[in-house]
Amino acid sequence: MARAISTRRQITVTILAWVIGITIFFPILWTILTSFKTEAEAIASPPSLFMFDWTLENYGEVQERSNYFRHFSNSVIISLGSTVLGLLIAIPAAWSMAFVPAKRTKDILMWMLSTKMLPPVGVLIPIYLIFRDTGLLDTRIGLVIVLTLVNLPIITWMLFTYFREIPGEILEAARMDGAMLWDEIVHVLTPMAIPGIASTLLLNVILAWNEAFWTLNLTAAKAAPLTAFIASYSSPEGLFYAKLSAASTMAIAPILILGWFSQKQLVRGLTFGAVK
Amino acid sequence: MGSIKLNKVTKSFGSTQVIPPLDLEIQDGEFVVFVGPSGCGKSTLLRLIAGLEDVTSGMIEINGVDATQTPPSKRGLAMVFQSYALYPHMSVRKNIAFPLKMAKLAPEERDQKVENAASVLNLTDYLDRRPGQLSGGQRQRVAIGRAIVREPDAFLFDEPLSNLDAALRVNMRLEISELHQTLATTMIYVTHDQVEAMTMADKIVVLNAGHIAQVGSPLELYHKPANVFVAGFIGSPKMNLVTGPDAQAMDAHTIGVRPEHITISEGGGTWTGKVGVSEHLGSDTFLRVNVDGVGTLTVRASGEVALRHGDSVSLIPEEGKVHRFDADGLAMQ
Ligand SMILES: Nc1ncnc2c1ncn2[C@@H]1O[C@H](COP(=O)(O)OP(=O)(O)OP(=O)(O)O)[C@@H](O)[C@H]1O
Ligand SMILES: [Mg+2]
Repeated sequence: MARAISTRRQITVTILAWVIGITIFFPILWTILTSFKTEAEAIASPPSLFMFDWTLENYGEVQERSNYFRHFSNSVIISLGSTVLGLLIAIPAAWSMAFVPAKRTKDILMWMLSTKMLPPVGVLIPIYLIFRDTGLLDTRIGLVIVLTLVNLPIITWMLFTYFREIPGEILEAARMDGAMLWDEIVHVLTPMAIPGIASTLLLNVILAWNEAFWTLNLTAAKAAPLTAFIASYSSPEGLFYAKLSAASTMAIAPILILGWFSQKQLVRGLTFGAVK
Repeated sequence: MGSIKLNKVTKSFGSTQVIPPLDLEIQDGEFVVFVGPSGCGKSTLLRLIAGLEDVTSGMIEINGVDATQTPPSKRGLAMVFQSYALYPHMSVRKNIAFPLKMAKLAPEERDQKVENAASVLNLTDYLDRRPGQLSGGQRQRVAIGRAIVREPDAFLFDEPLSNLDAALRVNMRLEISELHQTLATTMIYVTHDQVEAMTMADKIVVLNAGHIAQVGSPLELYHKPANVFVAGFIGSPKMNLVTGPDAQAMDAHTIGVRPEHITISEGGGTWTGKVGVSEHLGSDTFLRVNVDGVGTLTVRASGEVALRHGDSVSLIPEEGKVHRFDADGLAMQ
């Protein structure tokens, strides 16, 4: 009897999970499908899900009208740049907070998180003015800096929770085994911390890739990443759904593929500590 | 070589002094056990010797050389932790080889030593596993293996057996004692289990709130406890401690007599009382006897004793086996 109930429950849970999963994924699927329609079919009512004339013309036109690869390379540089810079700051910071905590470490962590509670638009004007006066507007370096700062609190927290899980006794054991500081870092600490650093890196790349507020407000043409590329198709006339969809699909494809191949690492990273 | 000398060593965490000035000498090749109740500073003392904590004041000498400022990696000591502290990302082989790698030994020589240690510790079949794939007892062996390969001047053990089940604990206890006999290297072993202390030690250091209550061989501590604390701590079950008129009659503040030194008599004795709980171990029976005006006394009787709850008994302490203590808790001759 108990077994029957658990099977039924398992089926319910499975169906529920699929329904939620498909609901969440549906807008993305719809976008991808629309990108293969003609503009007329894209706004047809009732819409057809699969029964339409598949066409690639939107992709051709989008590539003709704007330079995908320039936006793409901007996105790559900005997201990787801000991730590398962010990790360079966050790793030592999280390290010292996890292994040599001081009286105020907890407060500092809370303060860092609290900066994420301020809506970004609240500091748009001052940051815009600073960028204008320092010549950082519409530069990749400017975006790297601002995205580093935006994500820094989150990745520092994430790394902190990782490092804290590394038992101090293992480091002490290494010391007793004759390891000097350098050997300890290279042979013991780093290998144990690498899974955590890797998932933090992935998450930061994704966050930076998709960041739209700052990238739209602080760029014009030169440094515009893929978010600006998408935005340029959402014109007020609103008649270009198919092209907008094609642009969106092209923008999310790289990060989707990256996410797909690293999903195991990502899930492990995001649930770390929760399941242990 | 592995002699260690502590000279007026103190340790404070913030404003609390955990170790008051402490002197201790450990000879080369000795098996020394630090024993005491939880929180008395055993681990702290061991970590001071290891160099994992800095002394607040005082001096630590290893092999006659001042090592107070020497980092742990240079002290030539090996440590086995309660949590085993194995490197989770390395195979058993690499775990055991790690200290040798740090000592810059050639790979062939490393392999040779790891194989030897593994065969001594019955780990040969597990060399390519990760620590996560081993049982508690096997992990403990790996931790010991990692300590022995580099032939340290002394071994430090911090409650290495407390995560093992009772049977395995007895086994490992014997293995560590055997290891000490084969290697004849100094060992310092921390435990709160006085049975481990009694069975393994050449010399026991009883700690109480950071200071040394007594140092001596297991039998010295058993026969001549220097104070009430040691008297109550060493021996199982605990020594019976009696204050009041019975003690005053012997010119003492407190008198103590071990359960095995009390005999039950048929007619009349020093104390009479009623049997409370009795614990039957097969070989022995421990009777808890409630004596009016004295309290509960524990008595060791034979395994077949036929006394039951509520029976009235008379107790006689064995001649010459009564310990006397003064008002400060110190033993009187
Ligand atoms: N890092 C620390 N900071 C502050 N106090 C500490 C620290 N480490 C230990 N103590 C204190 O020092 C005292 C001795 O601790 P220690 O760990 O040496 O005890 P122990 O004898 O090993 O106990 P147990 O048998 O429970 O392991 C305790 O009161 C403990 O609270
Ligand atoms: Mg301890």
